[in-house]
This record gives sequence, structure tokens and C-alpha cells, in this order.
Amino acid sequence: MGREVSESCIDSLLTEMVSSYCNRFYANKPELAARRIEAIGYQVGHQLSERYTMERPRFSDHLEAIKFICKDFWSELFKKQIDNLKTNHRGTFVLQDNRFRWLARMSAESKAAQAMSMYLYFPCGIIRGALSNLGIPCAVSADISNLPACEYPESYVLCVVMHACSLCSNGHCHGQL
Amino acid sequence: MAPAGPRSGDAIFASVERVNAELFTLTYGAIVRQLLTDLEEVDEVNKQLDQMGYNIGIRLVDEFLAKSNVSRCVDFKETAEVIAKVGFKMFLGVGASVTNWDAEGTCCSIVLEDNPLVDFVELPDTCQGLYYCNVLSGVIRGALEMVSVPSCASLSLVFSSSS
Repeated sequence: MGREVSESCIDSLLTEMVSSYCNRFYANKPELAARRIEAIGYQVGHQLSERYTMERPRFSDHLEAIKFICKDFWSELFKKQIDNLKTNHRGTFVLQDNRFRWLARMSAESKAAQAMSMYLYFPCGIIRGALSNLGIPCAVSADISNLPACEYPESYVLCVVMHACSLCSNGHCHGQL
Repeated sequence: MAPAGPRSGDAIFASVERVNAELFTLTYGAIVRQLLTDLEEVDEVNKQLDQMGYNIGIRLVDEFLAKSNVSRCVDFKETAEVIAKVGFKMFLGVGASVTNWDAEGTCCSIVLEDNPLVDFVELPDTCQGLYYCNVLSGVIRGALEMVSVPSCASLSLVFSSSS
């Protein structure tokens, strides 16, 4: 395990980043705030995937790269793997994390639906950036839901939908956020 | 039974949930980069980093007080030591040292030898005057305000990268 910091550092930094962009810099322009937050995530994902694949051979196909995201990459970020991966074999993938760490600690006020969805642009950007660095341009969106209370009371299920196709690479794919 | 004493920074850091520091470092770097693109002026970016830090600090102080069990500091010198030895350690995993006290004991330098925020970071010449770590000033300022230490307006921490 490399160097560590306390989880509060990343939690508070992300919460404050989303809050700054949504409430201060682009107060009445949620689309612009969203793009910025996604862009920050993209940068992070791009750099992280570069670091985590330095010593590996190139991935043989899209599925191998996506499995890397689901296993090794996700483990580096969240100390667990993606719980479920589905595909329609036509370029769309759904990744599901049943206990998405980052949302678990958000305070009650920031759990309002809009704040949550703004927040999710960041992990979407990370995934898009990581895959783009691996040569797979894609469109990424995410959604969250609660598991039934009896299982994990404060857990959020993160569902990420990725669409990787040739149209994405020339910006014509309408699967964009 | 005697009440529990204050806990060391190492002990607290070992007991909290920890994450990959690279994620933190790169996220912060991407935020600074985006701010530079969006705000353009280095002074404005410095100001916003401080403001973000302040907003973080006013909340982070609760966690600090809850976990560190420190008693009320008798003077500013003790406050600075606690920030350096316990505060930085329990969040960033690295301790800091306090030096450069002025004659009145109201001004000092807190030196972080090994700062996770600046891992892999190189500032280009176009960023002259950028206080890259200004978020940390804001965090301390916010935290101190919450515990009623009147913050001097000139609280600023400048981190220079070691050669």
C-alpha cells in the first residue's frame, strides 16, 4: 500500500469542490458546473490510469480494459472491486458498486437530489478519463439508489452506464451527459 | 477512572479510515488546474483556494476535536504545536514542525517537510505567485475561528517545494 491520507481529506475536498462550483462559480448554471466537475474527474482518471497501467502490456480489447477498471482500478480508489458488470455486447456496459464509499458520508443537507447528481459527475469523469487514456472514448453517466434498509442502512448503490462506440470518438454520440 | 488523555497524531491516523493519497493529490491538482483555467488570475485562485479551505476547516475541526481529545490550549504556542503535531498528522499522515516564532509569540511558521498535496507537482513559470497549498491556510483559519482563536489576517502558509 502506498502513501495514505485520512478519508476525511478526500471527502471534504470533494464536497467543497462540488459546492464551490455549484453555489459560487456557476451558481445559476448547473450545466456549466457539471462540465467543470466532470472535467476535473477526467483529469484525475486520465492520470491515475496512466500510473496504474505503467507496467502492464496493452489491453487486448475493450472488455479487458473495462475489467481492469472494475477490478484493479476501482480497488486502488475504493479498496473494493465493482460488484457487478453487465453488457449488452453492443458497446454499453453497466457497472454497479453496492457500497459506494463517497456518498456514505455526505451530510444530510447535501443529500438533496441535485447535489448528489452533481457530485456523481466526478466519478463519471474519472471513469471517462481512465478509459480515454486506454484508448476507449466513451460516454459515462451514473445513478444512485438505496439498498433496502435491512441490508446496509446507509449504503448507496452506484450504477454507472458506459457507452463505448465509434461515434463517441468523433463527438457525435448522443449518449453524452 | 482517570479521563482519557489527548491522543497522539500517529495513534489517531492509525485508527481512522484511510485512502490512497494519490487520489487526493491528483484531485487537488486537477482542482487547482481547473481553477486556473476558469478564473485566470493567480490572485483570484489563491483567494478561492483559501475560501475552500476555510469551508473545509470549519467542519473538519469537529472531527479533530472529537478524535484528538485535546484539552483547551493555554496559549497560541501550544495551539500551533497541536496543529502541527496532531492536526496535520491525523489527516495528512505527516507531522509538521513549528519554527520562526516572533518576539510576541503571535506569528510562526509551520513547516511540512513532506506534503502529500505536492507529490509529483511542478509549477510552470506562468504560475508565479500561486500559493499552491493555500487550501491548507484556509483550513487552519477556519478551524481556529471555530474554536475562537482570533485569526490574524496575515495568516498565510507558503510551501516551497524541496529541491
